[in-house]
Amino acid sequence: MLDIIHDYWLLLLIGSYPNGPLGGVAATLLLSIIGIGCAFPLSVLLALAQLSPIATIRHPAIVIRYLVRSVPLVMLIFGVYFMIPALTGRSVTGFTTMAVTLVVFQAVYLAEIVRAGIEALPKGQTEASAALGMGYWLRIRKIVLPQALYNMLPSMVGQFVTTIKDTSLGYVIGVQELTYAANQVNNSVLTQPFQVFFVLSLVYFIVCFSLTQAARHLETRVTQQRAPTLVHLTQNSVAPAPMASP
Amino acid sequence: MSNQFTNPKTADAKDAMIQIEGVNKFYGSYHALVDINAEVRRGQVVVVCGPSGSGKSTLIRTINRLEEISAGFIKVNGTDVHAQGVDINQFRSHVGFVFQQFNLFPHMSVLDNVAGAPMWVSKISCAEAKEDALRLLVKVGLGHKADAYPAQLSGGQQQRVAIARALAMKPPVMLFDEPTSALDPEMVGEVLAVMKSLASEGMTMVCVTHEMKFAREVSDEIWFMDHGMLLERAEPDVFFAQPQHPRAQSFISDILQH
Repeated sequence: MLDIIHDYWLLLLIGSYPNGPLGGVAATLLLSIIGIGCAFPLSVLLALAQLSPIATIRHPAIVIRYLVRSVPLVMLIFGVYFMIPALTGRSVTGFTTMAVTLVVFQAVYLAEIVRAGIEALPKGQTEASAALGMGYWLRIRKIVLPQALYNMLPSMVGQFVTTIKDTSLGYVIGVQELTYAANQVNNSVLTQPFQVFFVLSLVYFIVCFSLTQAARHLETRVTQQRAPTLVHLTQNSVAPAPMASP
Repeated sequence: MSNQFTNPKTADAKDAMIQIEGVNKFYGSYHALVDINAEVRRGQVVVVCGPSGSGKSTLIRTINRLEEISAGFIKVNGTDVHAQGVDINQFRSHVGFVFQQFNLFPHMSVLDNVAGAPMWVSKISCAEAKEDALRLLVKVGLGHKADAYPAQLSGGQQQRVAIARALAMKPPVMLFDEPTSALDPEMVGEVLAVMKSLASEGMTMVCVTHEMKFAREVSDEIWFMDHGMLLERAEPDVFFAQPQHPRAQSFISDILQH
């Protein structure tokens, strides 16, 4: 297994770059960053649109939600892959197709989480800020989102991890990301499919696990900043338990 | 305190801080407010009381348009609150509102809770807003809690912060919607003390409350409501000694029994 890593690390890392398109882990990370980076702000707007009191904003947003959520990601990828050239008359690279599809797909799912977070806030928060003369966007920016997003952080990180894993579906339209590179390696090694795909899984695990851990640290830091005493108390009340057990 | 010697009926209309005229409100077919007519003069302290479900909270919430009305009009400091095209945010920034459930912003420190709106809505500089906020926190006896978060405070302390937060916008009128109803009994006094000192400074106040001792000592006028109707308006001495309306009489006798 180590010899596979030793022989093919560059292919797994950046694909055939610079002789071909960027691939491997680099492409997977790039797709993930684009996917999460664009889907996140989009999801906030989508969630706000779904909760809008104005029907002409709310209804289209809800239609988009039902449409995208009722279609498997692979179908959406094929759809975008074949439809965009048919509509625009220009061919689009697999990478772009995948990036666009991921952003749309993840934005819809993230929007569900953001919407749940906003709806879970007590009505008094909006009322209190309204009573102080704060307008809609000010309330959203200063009162609603800071609380809703923080409360939903664990769910959102879960969706981010899903985004990273979903980039592997780019394989079906020939996007040269990590799974594609692993398959190339498998084709040239031929005899060790288990080892090759174990290495592939390991890389996905490392990337996703790091993200989860980073998010946990962030969460603890924010919690400590917001209510130092409370965190202190919970830590103290949790700490003695393992010592008590034999 | 001169208010107590002024007959509300002869008060100059220009003197009115809040004017409520022919206000009706329906929730579907339920008639929540029935033909309310009343006014609050500048510097007057009005206590609204009555059994639960009588429309007290609904009424006070229509004054800063947290609730819409179905008919009539409400003028506050010259602004027709429910008129179309009124700048509601601008208007609300000049009316203090204190909620039963405090509704402090849990993700912000106590100081930021108070200084936030002046910075964001009134565009006051950060330094000035925080200086003001600290002064108000000292005033409600919580200067030492400026850096704490709402979750670290008791209910009474949270409500005092909420009062400071409302005062930070320098409103000429304050509305209190059952400010002590969510508090443990031992914390009611500290909140009422802050409200008392506000009243003595001449703040115009409308308080929905069940604290009859406060009503008797501090208010200039009592409004008694039941079934969405404003049944009686009287000075506290008169109201408690000789309530006119039968419902007010039974309400008072119920209270005095406990």
